[in-house]
Amino acid sequence: MSAEVAYQKIFGRPESLKDTYTHYCPGCGHSIAHRLVAECLDELNLREDTIGVPPVGCAVLAYNYFNFDMVEAPHGRALAVATGIKRVLPDKFVLSYQGDGDLAAIGTAETIHAANRGEEISAVFINNAIYGMTGGQMAPTTLLGQEATTAPGGRDPKLHGRPIDISRMLAVCDGAVYIERCGLTSLKQIRQAKKAIRKSFRCQLDHLGFALVELLSPCPTNWKLSPKEAVRWVNEVMIKTYPLGVIKDTTGYEDKK
Amino acid sequence: MPSEKMLMRGSHVVGEAAVRAGCRFYAGYPITPQNELPEYLSARMFEVGGTFIQGESEIASINMVLGAAATGARAMTSSSSPGIALKQEGISYMAGQELPGVIINMMRGGPGLGNIAPSAADYFQATRGGGNGDYRTPVLAPAGCQELAELTFSAFDLADKYRTPVMLLGDGLMGQVMEPVVFPDFLNLDELPKKDWTVTGCKGREARALFSMILDTALLYRHNLHLQEKFDRIAAEEQRSETILTDDADMVVVSYGTAARIAESAIEELRAEGMAAGLFRPITLWPYPTTALRALAKKVDKIAVFEFSLGQMLEDVILSVGERAEIYFYGIPGGVIPTPSEVAQFLRSVHKGDGKPGRRIEV
Repeated sequence: MSAEVAYQKIFGRPESLKDTYTHYCPGCGHSIAHRLVAECLDELNLREDTIGVPPVGCAVLAYNYFNFDMVEAPHGRALAVATGIKRVLPDKFVLSYQGDGDLAAIGTAETIHAANRGEEISAVFINNAIYGMTGGQMAPTTLLGQEATTAPGGRDPKLHGRPIDISRMLAVCDGAVYIERCGLTSLKQIRQAKKAIRKSFRCQLDHLGFALVELLSPCPTNWKLSPKEAVRWVNEVMIKTYPLGVIKDTTGYEDKK
Repeated sequence: MPSEKMLMRGSHVVGEAAVRAGCRFYAGYPITPQNELPEYLSARMFEVGGTFIQGESEIASINMVLGAAATGARAMTSSSSPGIALKQEGISYMAGQELPGVIINMMRGGPGLGNIAPSAADYFQATRGGGNGDYRTPVLAPAGCQELAELTFSAFDLADKYRTPVMLLGDGLMGQVMEPVVFPDFLNLDELPKKDWTVTGCKGREARALFSMILDTALLYRHNLHLQEKFDRIAAEEQRSETILTDDADMVVVSYGTAARIAESAIEELRAEGMAAGLFRPITLWPYPTTALRALAKKVDKIAVFEFSLGQMLEDVILSVGERAEIYFYGIPGGVIPTPSEVAQFLRSVHKGDGKPGRRIEV
């Protein structure tokens, strides 16, 4: 047989992802989110210009999986570290990748002020309503009634307060130009999430300001559910507290249907 | 060319010296008594094409410095005592990630909110780590505006040389007082030592990560030994101190920063009265100038320690001197600044043999 057959590569590992396996649990949303981030960076040809800041939490080891420059930040400080990077290198692409404990509890101040300053940074916010890395403690985003190792009877608004919707809080900051909440539990959701991430990256490239994409991410291990049940829980329960959709968009971009 | 002689307040001196030393990134949060420094830089940084950010907190500010340092920029933050306590998280991370940076502490009275008067009660915090983990922070202690300028240059050089955060430890008085100063010439940014470890995007090379988390115990063990080797090198090579009138002295005052200026005046009083007193002034607090102090201690009978705290540097004097000389101590807490005559009174009692070694002598 001749070697004339012209194969075309239609699917492969994005260059922005290293050729390795991750430590993420089966059914965890991080792997999908990593892949979406990597695909978007590849498609926009940004890998070599990107500096990423991972969180402290399950994605703390993201620099082992992402194939671009990264700087570790202390817990919650990713957007302060990212601010320092971006201000020195305004022509580079700066990305933070943070969980809910990191972005919406210990780092709330850094998050709000980076957004309010309109830092040209793209934030990917993984909301799984629990502290994953430390083993299932109550997160700022934990739902009412949801059990956690530090809320054994379930989250009680009188004892623990209500779940925080940081994305909606950030939407009131003028410096934030685009905020969207997406899911990772169906093909349709994943495609929308990718579109949103890409758009948030574009905001930075166009120097519009701060952009954030929140991704509802299953955590079967700490929710004590099977991966399949965790997906169902996102769509039947979590989504009621955190409805999907665009929360803020002042970009003026015309979205292609 | 060095600058003309200028009359400037200490906080402004640090700001101008930082810019001349190549610092192009500053982030800080307001706190008295050092606000004149960020105020100065809020205008000056833009004149030289640098970045000034008023952070939302001291924690955010030190982490902005961490990010800027990771890109290779000469970066600085400043604060005063309680604010420096908040920065310890970032300082520890920078030490672990081997990121250079300069932290200015214009100390005030503590503990807690304390007051806004000049103090030197953060000696332990500055020289004993401050944050978590096995690391050391080089600490420089200027004693006036000219030295503030020169040591600001040294702080950036040491930080880059050893890839570690460096602290400049002044006090509220030093930040406010105006003195004549001649600045070293502007460093040419293109001539600063090249950094081959920065994160600037991975074009043409493998992706790089700067991190301090090393879960594998064997690897973290090795990383700590690597850091320790560096700190050992700093301890051996970077000790700095100054001596005044010690050649014929039988009693030496050990004092740093503003306290050393007061001690120097007190020594003049004693000399006028015929007592052979001299001054040993540490310029690096970590590494403590143990080698020089130990050598000096062999030649004198009495060592009198004077500082604006209730006995913090005293511990390093005891560690350095051991049994080689009798050690006396006089410390002032709470932001009270004694007159040279009060310190002279303390030195006279030491000279006469009043009080017991090691005890605080009331005057």
